[in-house]
Amino acid sequence: MTDSLDPARTQLVKDLVARHQDQPGGLLPLLHAVQEALGHVPAAAVPLVAQGLNLSRAEVHGVVTYYHFFRSEAPGRQVVQVCRAESCQACGAEALLAHAEKVLGCKAHETRADGAVTLEPVYCLGLCAMSPAIMVGDKLHARMTPGKLDRLAAQMELGA
Amino acid sequence: MSTIKLYVPRDAAALAVGADEVAAALQAECAQRGLAVEIVRNGSRGLFWLEPLVEVATAAGRIAYGPVAPEDVPALLDAGLLQGGAHALSQGPTEQIPFLAKQERLTFKRMGVTDPLSLADYEAHEGWVGLRRAATMEAAAVVQEVLGSGLRGRGGAAFPTGIKWKTVLGVTAAQKYVVCNADEGDSGTYSDRMTMEGDPFMLIEGMAIAGLAVGATRGFIYIRSEYPHAIATMNEAIARATAAGFLGDNVCGSGMAFRLEVRKAAGSYVCGEETAMLESIEGKRGIVRAKPPLPAIEGLFGQPTVINNVISFASVPIILARGAQFYKDHGMGRSTGTLPFQLAGNILHGGLVEKAFGVTLRELLYDFGGGSASGRPIKAVQVGGPLGTYVPESQWDIPIDYEAYAAVGAVVGHGGLVVHDDTADMAQLARYAMEFCAIESCGKCTPCRIGSTRGVEVIDRITRNQNRPQQVQLLRDLCDTMVNGSLCAMGGMTPFPVLSALNHYPADFGLAAPNQKAA
Repeated sequence: MTDSLDPARTQLVKDLVARHQDQPGGLLPLLHAVQEALGHVPAAAVPLVAQGLNLSRAEVHGVVTYYHFFRSEAPGRQVVQVCRAESCQACGAEALLAHAEKVLGCKAHETRADGAVTLEPVYCLGLCAMSPAIMVGDKLHARMTPGKLDRLAAQMELGA
Repeated sequence: MSTIKLYVPRDAAALAVGADEVAAALQAECAQRGLAVEIVRNGSRGLFWLEPLVEVATAAGRIAYGPVAPEDVPALLDAGLLQGGAHALSQGPTEQIPFLAKQERLTFKRMGVTDPLSLADYEAHEGWVGLRRAATMEAAAVVQEVLGSGLRGRGGAAFPTGIKWKTVLGVTAAQKYVVCNADEGDSGTYSDRMTMEGDPFMLIEGMAIAGLAVGATRGFIYIRSEYPHAIATMNEAIARATAAGFLGDNVCGSGMAFRLEVRKAAGSYVCGEETAMLESIEGKRGIVRAKPPLPAIEGLFGQPTVINNVISFASVPIILARGAQFYKDHGMGRSTGTLPFQLAGNILHGGLVEKAFGVTLRELLYDFGGGSASGRPIKAVQVGGPLGTYVPESQWDIPIDYEAYAAVGAVVGHGGLVVHDDTADMAQLARYAMEFCAIESCGKCTPCRIGSTRGVEVIDRITRNQNRPQQVQLLRDLCDTMVNGSLCAMGGMTPFPVLSALNHYPADFGLAAPNQKAA
């Protein structure tokens, strides 16, 4: 297995499993907890989760890959999400996403080769009265313009 | 000098344009000047073009300033902000701003007025009156009150809430559930988010009333992962309401238990469909269930379950507090009460407008919204989310109610209005609707899973003019199959935006405009 967990992270996942294994419908809360702790849900965590919740590995894998929010791969050090739902489209979101690809140096859905940043389209951040909107890490930004995006990118310390 | 109260919203949309920075600047500048102020982090009034909207409490009521940037703070204080002094950013008394003054705020009457997490504030503004009354009533009488109000599901399907509750009440089971669908994934909608961030106790009260009414002791609120602020605020509000006895083993002294728990969704649009949501809460992939059985009979974990949208539950406290007739006196026909409309997209004054049914789209777009943000003519308005139709100008004068919209093949949905100006390419928006369906389809039924991908391809051929007339017919056939053959609204309604774009804006598809036909 390419993506093995070190003993500390294995223990961490086991502790989280123990916390959620008796919760009705506990798989999603558990996966959220794993992703919050590790930044993603590594493939090596899937058997631990499956065993703890008495599910098959296929069932757990199915849930991890079904939901857009769960990542199987570690994201870049910064995650930039650009909303491309209708309201933001009506205010230039497509051009903003293209601009983001250029400024950040990576395509949508991808992580830059140096691991500095991941760019993701997202479907609605709920700021539709102030479109277009983006989220950088856990911080929201509304009424975005290419110029504002340039300034944000400059602050992100993405390196060369 | 006594302490002066300032209000700076904590709503996520206000934060997204710098409300935290404005609050910090106010705090620092006032401290430096030796001015005693208390900064309340309220919800948003819903006048988003003015955010961050700073308010000051004066003897003459609250005075609004906006949109305020941190660098405006010294000049505002110089101009006498704390006394409501004149300044270029002054909007005058908040309640008299026309956008707000012309509304009929029933559900959103506390929005932006109170501190969302203050139990005392909530109580001082008619909070818990409905729950306290429900706690003294027979369950059937509570259901009757909701039934009598005519309240219909605000999530989009518009099914009578009271009938749902009556069904669950009538089923005997050891465990029943109340589930709130807060997976507000529709672009152009944010009233659920505002409610959870700006008046969370109202949702808790509505759900607790539902619990008493149907005999359910456990409730879940399924909230989108894209709404971290709403999740945090709801969790805190639940903890406070439980500590104060409004939730827990003995709700308001009724002798009945009701416990609430937040469940975080994971970015799947189709989980806004009620049965997919139940699967998700149970820890599975969000695959749509076939109905019957209805969730009211066999819902969460196979038990009888009331499922309503945030705004449906949030409408219940005032119905119990003031009676079914009060609520029913608003609205028209079988669409009683009010709906929080959400102005979004290319609109000058974007924000939340709560009005009784019967208002027209034109009033909302121009009297409230002030026209497009770009200043260009408005071309199309998508009403009711990504699965709603594009409504052309010829239909903007129809008084909005569920039946009137259904009569022209449109939907009111969750009340979101996304405005597009004349630069919009309706063929591209139709393609996007199909693309979105392909991305978000749960994959259970073929018309949705395959039809959406074929739809993208067909629209591409139409716009490239490959056998255009034949491909247009093919698109119509495909849409017919999706509408009639899909298991849920995802595949079943994706054709709504597609066909409305094709029918009302044929030129964008390279087709000759038909002779002026009615609607």
